[in-house]
Amino acid sequence: MSKVKETKKQSKHLERFHYTVDQAIEKPFNWKQMWRLLQFLKPYSKTYLPGAIMAMFVATAVRLAIPILIGKVAVDIAIAQSDTNLLVYLVAGIAILYIISFIANRFRIKWVNILGQNVIYDLRQKLFSHVQRLSHRFFDTRSAGSILVRILNDINSLQELFTNGIINLLMDILMLSGIIIILFIMSPPLALAVVIVIPLMFIISTTLRRKIRRSWQMVRLQQSRMNSHLNEGLQGMRITQSFSQEKENAEFFDGVNSGYFNSFRDAAKKSAFFRPLVDICDAAGTIILIAFGSYLILNGTIELGTFISFAFFLGMFWEPISRLGQMYNQLLMAMASSERIFEFLDEQPNVAEKENAYEIEKMDGKIEFDQVEFAYNADRLALKKISLDIQAGQTIALVGHTGSGKSTIANLISRFYDPTSGSVKVDGHDLRDVTLDSLRQRISVVLQDTFIFSGTIMENIRFGRPDATDEEVKEAAKVVGADSFISRLANDYETEVEERGNILSAGERQLLSFARALLANPSIIILDEATASIDTESEVKIQKALKRLLKGRTSIIIAHRLSTIREADCIYVLEQGKVLEYGSHQELMQQHGKYYDLVKSQFTMLDAM
Amino acid sequence: MNIFKKLKRFYWPYKKYFIWSIIGMLIVTVITVVYPIILQITIDEVVAEQRYGLIPYICGAFLGLMMIKGVSTFFFQYLGDLFGMTAVYKLRESLYDKLQALAFKYYDNAKTGDIMSRLTADVEGFRFFLSVGFAELIRVVSLMLISISVMFYYSIPLALITMAAMPFLAFVVYKFDKQVHPAFRRIRRSFGRLNTRVQENISGMNTVKSLSREDFEIGRFSESNDNYRQKYLFTSSLWAKYFPVMEFIGNVSAVVLLAFGGIFVINGSMTTGELMAFFSLVWFIMGPLMNLGFIINQFSQAKASGERLLEILEAHEDVEEKPDAIDKEIQGHVTFKNVTLTYIEDDDEALKHISFDAPPGKTIGLIGATGSGKTSITQLLTRFYEPEEGEVLVDGRPVSDYKLKSLRSQIGFVLQEPFLFSTTIKENISYGTPGIKDEDIIAAAKMAQAHDFIMELPDGYDTLLGERGMGLSGGQKQRIAIARAICIDPSILVLDDATSAVDMQTEHKIQKALREVMKNRTSFIIAHRISSLKHADEILVLEDGEIVERGTHDFLLNNNGPYERIYNIQYQDREEIMSVAH
Repeated sequence: MSKVKETKKQSKHLERFHYTVDQAIEKPFNWKQMWRLLQFLKPYSKTYLPGAIMAMFVATAVRLAIPILIGKVAVDIAIAQSDTNLLVYLVAGIAILYIISFIANRFRIKWVNILGQNVIYDLRQKLFSHVQRLSHRFFDTRSAGSILVRILNDINSLQELFTNGIINLLMDILMLSGIIIILFIMSPPLALAVVIVIPLMFIISTTLRRKIRRSWQMVRLQQSRMNSHLNEGLQGMRITQSFSQEKENAEFFDGVNSGYFNSFRDAAKKSAFFRPLVDICDAAGTIILIAFGSYLILNGTIELGTFISFAFFLGMFWEPISRLGQMYNQLLMAMASSERIFEFLDEQPNVAEKENAYEIEKMDGKIEFDQVEFAYNADRLALKKISLDIQAGQTIALVGHTGSGKSTIANLISRFYDPTSGSVKVDGHDLRDVTLDSLRQRISVVLQDTFIFSGTIMENIRFGRPDATDEEVKEAAKVVGADSFISRLANDYETEVEERGNILSAGERQLLSFARALLANPSIIILDEATASIDTESEVKIQKALKRLLKGRTSIIIAHRLSTIREADCIYVLEQGKVLEYGSHQELMQQHGKYYDLVKSQFTMLDAM
Repeated sequence: MNIFKKLKRFYWPYKKYFIWSIIGMLIVTVITVVYPIILQITIDEVVAEQRYGLIPYICGAFLGLMMIKGVSTFFFQYLGDLFGMTAVYKLRESLYDKLQALAFKYYDNAKTGDIMSRLTADVEGFRFFLSVGFAELIRVVSLMLISISVMFYYSIPLALITMAAMPFLAFVVYKFDKQVHPAFRRIRRSFGRLNTRVQENISGMNTVKSLSREDFEIGRFSESNDNYRQKYLFTSSLWAKYFPVMEFIGNVSAVVLLAFGGIFVINGSMTTGELMAFFSLVWFIMGPLMNLGFIINQFSQAKASGERLLEILEAHEDVEEKPDAIDKEIQGHVTFKNVTLTYIEDDDEALKHISFDAPPGKTIGLIGATGSGKTSITQLLTRFYEPEEGEVLVDGRPVSDYKLKSLRSQIGFVLQEPFLFSTTIKENISYGTPGIKDEDIIAAAKMAQAHDFIMELPDGYDTLLGERGMGLSGGQKQRIAIARAICIDPSILVLDDATSAVDMQTEHKIQKALREVMKNRTSFIIAHRISSLKHADEILVLEDGEIVERGTHDFLLNNNGPYERIYNIQYQDREEIMSVAH
């Protein structure tokens, strides 16, 4: 890295952006972790695993037998004694062995892959399912990217280990020890002389490889830094052009690009040393064989066939040794990946279901908060001894500044978090006593930013209740007034939409989320009212839809628009985690308290602007 | 080939790396074939003829050759890599510059994911071909040719017998390659779908959890997960089907070789050493043949990659700077004369015959439904788009007379989506004016009402913002974006729905501060809330790209037009709300 040949004028923009790279590199080998990983093979320990090992065993045995047959039998006996018959039998024998090896290899490849892919499937499924069950707190502290990397890339990096890795490890050990044993049986002195190259090869394979591996890791780090910048640069291109920062960014990119280039060159140079060194080792072995082998033949200690078998076997050394070295690399990388995977698997949901949790059969929607306290992190209370009593079917509004605790109350009702002290009850059931599914199925949260999954409009609405029929979906859309814009789309309900697409406006997305919530038919609705850029005409539509959505349900509205707040049965004014005052709009206005000030200030400000 | 010709400027300057790499490779190939020859000489000349005096010479020659081979291998590999990576370094630089030069129009239709895959996978594919692919093709062909020649030299009949296996092998390899590449593509596509599925799930986790759809999501995931497994297993079944066959054909030819060769040796028409050399040479032909398909496939993939890269490099730059463009301080007098804008040909006009005049010090308010053309007007100012008809003038000159940098660095933009970069808050605010003094950054933050919350963050102005400015609320991001625009001390300021997520009190404070700064400059305010643009000197009410109403707030309020209707919707209940207080 330090070897930047072209000494450029150092740009002052090289530190413009900061990217943290979240990527598995490698970890020291850890038996406990390896053992845990191997447990995933267990379901296949009576089927594909022994099958693959057997097939591998057969194929390896054939590979070991052939050089002996050619060297010792063909050359020394058949050819030396001009025995054509024996030669024919031998050829037939070898052909049969090759057929056996052909069959064995076919099954080996097949079974090894089935084994590996099943393990990967299981592992990924387990991780994904586990992550689904984790609580909000888990997602609060992690970026989507870092979760994605674990479910996709970290699991994939185990793929090679579970498919070919483990079986090859066995095969290579078997092969190497088989060769050494055979060589020693055929001629101990020559074997001793030739085998010297094995430790040499091992040393190169491990030490030089380690250096090479480190330098490629550097390349990958540089690469992901560069990719992070490219990705962000593209997304922020409009900003960059608005502020005409193209030149400055190009200088930054040049730094990243050169960094990548230099690390790559460094790694390529180290890698290029590898092959020649191995070849030299190989050559050393061959020279020993030629010199010492022919000396032994001269002595009469060995026959020509032994010499030839040795030549064949010598050529077979390198493959298993090289693969063992690779395997070692793979294991270290697998350690890093599996550590990160297990870290997620060991994460417990913060809101765990009790073992004897029961289902809520029917929900009326009465909500009680009894002296509830809550803290997101230890140093600051988000809610301080809050008590609320919300009757079934009531609409209440929560009013207050950012950080006053409005969203926290909503989160506690869906039991996304548990209170630090006090209790939250629905219909008299403490939320900690009931099953999460039965609770959340009867509560819908309509969020400020509606998430659109890629799929059709129909699928997106149906997300509220997967077993709803097409008619029910359309009915729900009609009730909230979404069908008029849907019918204007290219394929109405079958129109494909996606999160980043431009097909839907903010207002239309909001209506979709209403339809989704309505379809779920909840007893309690929590509405985090959007203030985002919705034009006035759309807002009127949304207000109308909202009324239909809330009808007959207990509704908690985190509101900004006075028109919504005003119609609530009860308004709670919050400040720093406490209820300052509550009552209907009329009552609060007459009190001339905080609420009155808030309402009045909005209008005086309007006049002032 | 045309594609490689077009990309020539990136790799051709470094041709010396390539040529030396090829020379190294040819030396390596020749020496590779020497190995079996040495084996043959040892067996036939030394052992059979008992001329042991030759051994030191053979060993010496062998060692020398291996040394040469080692050095050549190093240069072959290293220079090949260097060739590819240098070319790609230049290529990446050009792509980056090009992408920065492409106008908004390009990004309206491009997906980040698609461009990213070109910048990563396609660039890598191209590099791999330059570094390895092309040289490998030459290597494989020359290795085969040399090996065959040596075989014919040793024994013509045996060489012919060995060659008989080649058509079979070639046929199997051809069939395999035809199936395996589409299969690999299917794996990649399946993985892409798996990726999308997980990404959506994680991004939409709040929605999933609030509707309690975890089981549903797990079900959908397992479909994608299983699909990936199936696609993978299908590909490996192709391996299981063809690979042993290829190996078998190679092995059969070795067996046939042994049978005939053995007989020839017994006949005395061939030596043992020559037979043994044949055994090695067979694999120098069979091995490369098995890989030939992959190498050829790489060639077609590199071609496709090159094509996708050329699409970016040759994309039309809609906005070009005039050669005699001027660099000049601007006062901020904006005039639109009968401006019409169409984004996509044959589509409806986004703006129709827009005219207005905004002298320095004036504030223009823009209001109207989504898609009515508010944003389009402001983006013509900075030449993010070019109008079809009419003129956009700044200080009496068409905007195309100015250098882009000169124009844009004097117009402060706060775009609808407050995009922040992965760097400190300080760097984000000073994005348009790198290296500005800290006091100026703080002053801008104070005006944007961002200073107080920034100071509450653990590292204050040095707080790093992560992926897409995570950790800040929408309102906070908007305020930093406003500070960023103020920081460049603009002559014209554009606030495009810049305070939608900011509460009213804060918005009021920001506007008050801005009015001070913008005293002698021009401001454009796009908003949905009447309160945000009430004080504007002229309000333009837009509908479907046309100005349907214009005037001051007081005038429009009694104009019986859309403005009055919007006002009534937003403030109808004001009287009613306040009335209950008494």
